[in-house]
Parts: sequence; C-alpha cells; structure tokens
Amino acid sequence: MPDTIIGQPIDRIDGKAKVTGAARYSGDRRAEHPAFGVIVTSTIGRGTITKIDIKAAEQAPGVVLVMSHENAPAQAPFKQEGEDRHARPKPQLAEARIHYHGEPVALVVADTFEQATAAARLVEVSYQAEAGLYELREGRRLAYPPSKMPNGKADSKVGDLERGLAEGAARIDATYTTPYQSHNPMEPPASLAFWSGDQLTIYCSAQLVDSAQKSIAATLNIPADNVELVSEFVGGGFGGKLSIYGDAILAALAARQLKRPVKVTLTRQQMFSVTTHRASTIQRVRLAASRDGTLTAIAHEVVSQSARMDEYVETAAVSTRAMYAAPNRLTTHRVVPLDLPVADSMRAPGDAVGQLALEQAMDELAYKLDIDPVELRIRNEPTQDPEKGVPFSTRALVACLQTGAEKFGWEQRPRVPGTLKDGQWLVGLGMAAAIRVNLRRPAAAKVRMDEDRRVTVEMDMTDIGTGSYTIFAQVAAETLDLPIESVTVKLGHSSYPDTPGSGGSFGAASCCSAVQQACLELRKKVDAGRGPGNVQAEATSEPGDAFKKFSQHSYGAHFAEVAIDSTTGEVRLRRMLGVFDAGRILNPKTARSQLIGGMIWGVSSALHEQAVVDPRYGSFVNHDLAGYHVPVHADIPAVEAIMLAGFDDKSNPLGSKGVGELGICGAGAAVANAVYNACGVRVRDYPFTPDKILSSILRPNVAQRR
Amino acid sequence: MRNTSVTRRGLFGGGAALGATLQSGSALAQSPPPGAGAPPVDVSLKVNGAQHELRLDPRTTLLDALREHLALTGTKKGCDHGQCGACTVLIDGIRKNSCLNLALSCDDLEITTIEGLGREEALHPVQTAFVEHDGFQCGFCTPGQICSAVGMLAELKRGLPSAVTPELAAAAMEVAETEVRERMSGNICRCAAYPNIVAAILDAAGKA
Repeated sequence: MPDTIIGQPIDRIDGKAKVTGAARYSGDRRAEHPAFGVIVTSTIGRGTITKIDIKAAEQAPGVVLVMSHENAPAQAPFKQEGEDRHARPKPQLAEARIHYHGEPVALVVADTFEQATAAARLVEVSYQAEAGLYELREGRRLAYPPSKMPNGKADSKVGDLERGLAEGAARIDATYTTPYQSHNPMEPPASLAFWSGDQLTIYCSAQLVDSAQKSIAATLNIPADNVELVSEFVGGGFGGKLSIYGDAILAALAARQLKRPVKVTLTRQQMFSVTTHRASTIQRVRLAASRDGTLTAIAHEVVSQSARMDEYVETAAVSTRAMYAAPNRLTTHRVVPLDLPVADSMRAPGDAVGQLALEQAMDELAYKLDIDPVELRIRNEPTQDPEKGVPFSTRALVACLQTGAEKFGWEQRPRVPGTLKDGQWLVGLGMAAAIRVNLRRPAAAKVRMDEDRRVTVEMDMTDIGTGSYTIFAQVAAETLDLPIESVTVKLGHSSYPDTPGSGGSFGAASCCSAVQQACLELRKKVDAGRGPGNVQAEATSEPGDAFKKFSQHSYGAHFAEVAIDSTTGEVRLRRMLGVFDAGRILNPKTARSQLIGGMIWGVSSALHEQAVVDPRYGSFVNHDLAGYHVPVHADIPAVEAIMLAGFDDKSNPLGSKGVGELGICGAGAAVANAVYNACGVRVRDYPFTPDKILSSILRPNVAQRR
Repeated sequence: MRNTSVTRRGLFGGGAALGATLQSGSALAQSPPPGAGAPPVDVSLKVNGAQHELRLDPRTTLLDALREHLALTGTKKGCDHGQCGACTVLIDGIRKNSCLNLALSCDDLEITTIEGLGREEALHPVQTAFVEHDGFQCGFCTPGQICSAVGMLAELKRGLPSAVTPELAAAAMEVAETEVRERMSGNICRCAAYPNIVAAILDAAGKA
C-alpha cells in the first residue's frame, strides 16, 4: 500500500498551539468570578478521623466553604467491582475512615488561590491511628490470587515445570524487585467546574473522557448526559489520568453548593497519593535450557502491592506467556493488600516491570551458557503463541534483534564483563527484547464537510501527547483525498462520539479505524452527489474476532551502552538504540517520539525512579520532583529508534499496532544488562542507584565472579 | 532576592536559605496568625511590552499573577516549587522560575512569557525548531523549555560558564550538545522528548 499522507512524518497539527502557549489545558480554563479549592490530605496511613476542626479555616479571609466528611453532600458509595473501573463512583470526603496516607480529608474554598492555600493549613484533624501494613515483603504472607485480571487468568501452566527444570543443562533461579513509581505527568490534575441549572460543565485532565464523564455522574447521582466534560489538551497521562480524582469531584460538589465556578488543582506532592501509582513487585523467574540454549522451562511468578481499599494486579507475567518457546511453563500472579494509596496502570502496566525481570533473567542464562544474548533469544523464537496455541498476527522480533545488533555494533560487546575501561569508567553493552500486547476497542467518529470542502472530525478521544490530533487528520485527509490543511480535528468533549480514550496503546488502532470508516461513508455520500456542504457521516468501528484467532503484540529490541563511575558507582547511559515492529507506522515523527520517550522511561526504571515508602506512616517520603528522580536533559544522550516497515492486517484496517507503551518494555532490562556487562555484578533490585553498584564494584576481581 | 538564578546550583542555594528561615522558630512566634493574610499591594507588571497595574495579595507569585490575573496561561504550573521548570519566563532577559518569584518583586521589570516570544503566524526561531523537531509531546513543559532555551542561548553568548564548560574564561561559549543538555536540566519533560528538544535548540542556535 503506497503511503500518501498516512505514513508521512508530518509535524503535529497542534504543534504551533503548543509552542506559543495557546493550547488550553484544563487548569488554563477561565470562568467568571471563580473560587479556588485546595485539598487537605490525611497525615496517617490507617485509622479514623476523631475530630475535624474547621473553625479557624472558615474564619480566614476570603474563605467561602470548608468541606469535610461531616458536611460533604451525599454521593454514591465506592464500589470495588465494576466493568470499567475508571467509570466507578469516586466519592470524596465521604467517611471518617482513612485508607491511606495523603487521602483527601477536607476541601477549603476561597476567593483566591493564596487565601485557600493559607486557610487549608488551619484545618485541624485529629485521628485515632491504627497500625497499618505498608511493606510488601512483610505483607507477603497475605498474598492471594487476584479476583480479576484485565487480560488472561492469574495463573497459567503448560507441561511439567519440574521436569523441564530438571532437563536443563543450565538453570537460572533469580528474584527481581521493582519499586513503586509515580506517573508524574508534567500537568497536575486540575478541574474547573460550573453548573447551569442541573447541567455540569467540567474542564478536567482526563485520558478517558467517556469513563470520566460516567464516573463523575455516578458519584453525583446524576444522569451522564447532565455532565459535559472537556479535556481538549492533556499535559501527559501515562495511566495517571485514566481515573478522575478528588479535584474533579470536589470542584463539582463545591461549585454546585456555591453556585459559582470552582477550580481545584492537585499539588505535585498530592499527586503521589491522591492519584494512582505503579505497584512495587517481587518477581521470581526460573529458566532452564539445554546446552544449545533451547529453553526447557520458563516460570515467572509475580507478587505485587494492591491497595487494601481497591484491588489491582500488576500483570507482569502475562506477556511472558507469549514471548519464548518452551514446553514446560508456569506463570502466577498474587496481590498483597497494603494500607497504601491505590495502585493502577502506569505506562505498559505489567509488561514494563515484567520484562525488567524476564529479560534480565534471559541475559543471566546467556552468560551461563556462553551464548550471545541476541542469539539465545533467536533460538527460542516460537512458531505460534506458546500458551494460546494460536498463530501470531505479525511478529518481527527476530528482525528487530538482528537489525539492532547490526546498527548498534553489538559485536563490539566485551565477552567478559568488567573488562572494558575508559579511564575511571567501566563500560558495558547490554540488550533486551520487547513485547507489548496489541489492543483495540470499539470507537466512533463523526465527520462533516462544509461547502468549501473543509472537513471536521469529532470524537471524545484525547491527545495526551501521543499525536492523536495529527494522525486523525492524516487518516481523514487521505481517505477523502484532501490536503491535510482542510481537516480540523476536534477532540476531548464528552458530547462527541464515544471512543475508548487514550490508554493501553489502543488509541490509534481503535480511533483511526473509526475515522477511516466515517470518512468512507462520507465519501460515499459525496460521490452520490450530496454536498460538499451540509453532509456528514458517523461510524463505529469494532474489532472482530481476529484478537481471539491471533496472538497480537508489538515487538522490539533494545541495545544500550552504559558507563559506570568506578569511584562513585554512578551509572550513565552513553547511547541507546531500539528497533521496533509496530506494524504500519502512521506518522514516523510522532511514533518515534513516543518510542524514544518510552525508552527513556525504561532508562529511568533501571537507574532513577522510585517512590520510597516510609514504613512507619505509609507515606511516599520523596513526594516531589526534587526527591523523586526522573531523567533530565543531562541524563539522556543519543537515544534512537528504528521502526521496521510492516502491516498487521489482523490488528485493524490501517495495519498499525500500538507504539505508546512499546518503548518502555524491555528498555530498562537492556540498561541493567549493560550494567552487568560493564562491572560484572548482577543487581536485581531496581533502580540501580549508586549505593547498590558501589558496594559491589569496590570488591576486587569482579570479572571472575559471574 | 528577585534575581534568583534557575540553574540547579542556584536552586540548591535557595533551598538552603529556605531551610534556615523555617528553623528560626522565634521569628514565627512573632508573625501574625497564619492565614490572616496581609493587605493587598499595588504591583506594576510590564509583561510582553504591555504595562499592567494590579492590586494583588502580596503572597501572589509571578506565576499566579500571569495565569490568574493577566490570563497569560501559556506559562504552566508543574510543581510550584522550582523543581520542574514548566513556569520558566524571562525577567530582564534572564530565565527564571516564575513560581519562585513573588509578583511584587517584579515591579518595573521586563517580563517576557511564551506569548511574547512569538505568535502562531510569526513564530520565534526556537518555537519553529520545536515544531519541526517534535521537541514535545503533551506540550505542557514546552513554554518553559522554550523560554529556558532562549535565555540559555543568551547565557552562552554572554560567556557564562556551566559545570561542563572546559574553558571557564572564554568570552562566548560554544553551543555544544553537552552544554545544552547541562544547561537545560532545570526543565523536566516527562514525555522525555529530550533528544528532540536538544536537536531543536541546536538547530535554532545555528539559525539565530
């Protein structure tokens, strides 16, 4: 299929709005005579509010409302169950019970932000604190199989694991741990709410407009049609804005009570507890292989944190079921209920942390067998999905591995770890493979053509930085044979046709299919003599049974070079290359941005990021951007992504597969494996901060200990 | 006090000073009751060439004055603690975190925000380069990155050294990739568009 507009590296159509400050995020919205709400959060991790004294706050200058569990309006109760967990009621200030540290306990609303911020400090809360369970290792005795998995079952078993392990000439049995992580999009969640009669308008930072609209309506016990939710620009999501939080509900409640627009924004510090996070995991991986590297057994067993108040499972071993061939296999998932904030999806949930473990274990096995890690993976390439027993839709993992090895100069890798030095630096090369499940959901789009042949596309989809606006314009322009300048894309209003929103890398596949379908129908009408003015078409596009008949994933291979300062133990990335199979690339410019962004998230998983729990109080102690380290410019040198040409006709009519989460999968393991190659020491506790490296590399003769 | 530098070193210095203030308990005891506020102050802000007379709560940061009082919402609040750089503006041509500057301390200074650098139909060269190199994804940190880049390139021209500058006494600094990465490290991009941002800045510097 020749690419005309689809497939071109077109600049973002919303690019000029973003570089001039004209793009309006929810916190940028304005209203007549707004009031400002500031949330007060709990200072214990588990217990009950015994007294809340709001007198001083109420009397502070400018304060118009102080809301707590004692006077908050009635809301629907929270439910653990729900088909769409992001559409559930999210009641705020509903009870005296405290479920986690940093839970909203009051809202202070004042005429100005400064007044509300000052008065919020005057709310005095007394608690009956209870001993909470905050540590994953300690809570492990309570681990149980999750009641529900987003995809697949909690456990899977093929063949006879013990026999497979016994048959191997070489075995790995290693346990890896991954920390809590916080999404930390640059835009803190912000909501501006106002009412007109019983109609609520709310500007809100939401990845999933439809779910957010339903969640707010359900909480307030009003029909969904009474809520118009607007989320035209979202300042990053990464899973952290799949659900809506206290800012949205409390802004809506306060605005209704005050008959006045109310704006509530979470502080950066509050984001660590009021929004969700990536759960910490403990993962045991066992591998066995014959002398030639053929795997005889794979076992991947995962234990992850789950908030006691709301179950969530980190599906870290799910992609392991499809990754490598082996006759004997076991995967398990267990969750540990802790008195911590709610865990939920963060960029490539499950896969991101699962591959930190599996792909490092594969590297360990390669060294044990003295087989090139690239070659070991190629030797275990399955011919069909090893557990589902169905064919792959498309799978170019081997091509990713081979292309990457060649372009990166993999043959320069020192065979013996800890032997390549550059002054005080220990230098190493590492690689890892990547897999990410490919998803698609039903989506609808409306397209209309004006008399001057200008086309407008409408859908409640969001663009959280992925490039949705641009690729929809490309699809519409190409399908209707128009220049891209003739297309206007309108997103992020709940009144527009329903889409699954931005999450799970399903946005492009789901929504482009709907745009194309609607444009084809519009074209039919125009070809039949209607229009061009006053003609429109709406279409819904749904995935067929191809997702049952075929095992669908996107794939990749990462190659990284690191240098370790032998004096300080600091690990620096020197260069990194990813090669990816994501089907047909709709826009190589925006797709590459997402891929390298994901890769840098992987670097961060390996080297930088961790939210640290204070085991006394259950709080995330480093809850700001000074304490929670994400990469900055100085941390990131040349990072490059190559996208292999492809077309997956089982995925969707456009042939694309998801790219937004693929980049992070396996990326951190490539860095971890490069660290081993550099210093000869295996670190299995992510992230690899200097303290973990230094104590090991200071010991002599590291090259012999492998 | 008003010309706080946005370099990491400057931020750490500011943090230490803040810690010292908080530890002086006796000073706190003599303060008015918390939350009482203070009488509003008249502030004259010159933003993007236009003069604005404002009556503000003295606690109002330059960031909130721009966003809430002047409707210049291109400047973003990412952390309100000088940790992310999303609120970077130019004050008398020097890049600053507007969240760390009180509005009243900016009286009579020349403030340039993203809205003052260029418009959609007449972009600043750095803005053009960001679009061409896809130097952003979500776009939230972008106004701060661009203002910071403009200020940073001026620092290089003035010969201000950084931690990675080999020749500290040079009259003007080379616009090298390592210099750009070091000097832009006060501006976090969670989408991690870093390679593209650096490419955009190097490109724009060549054209400037």
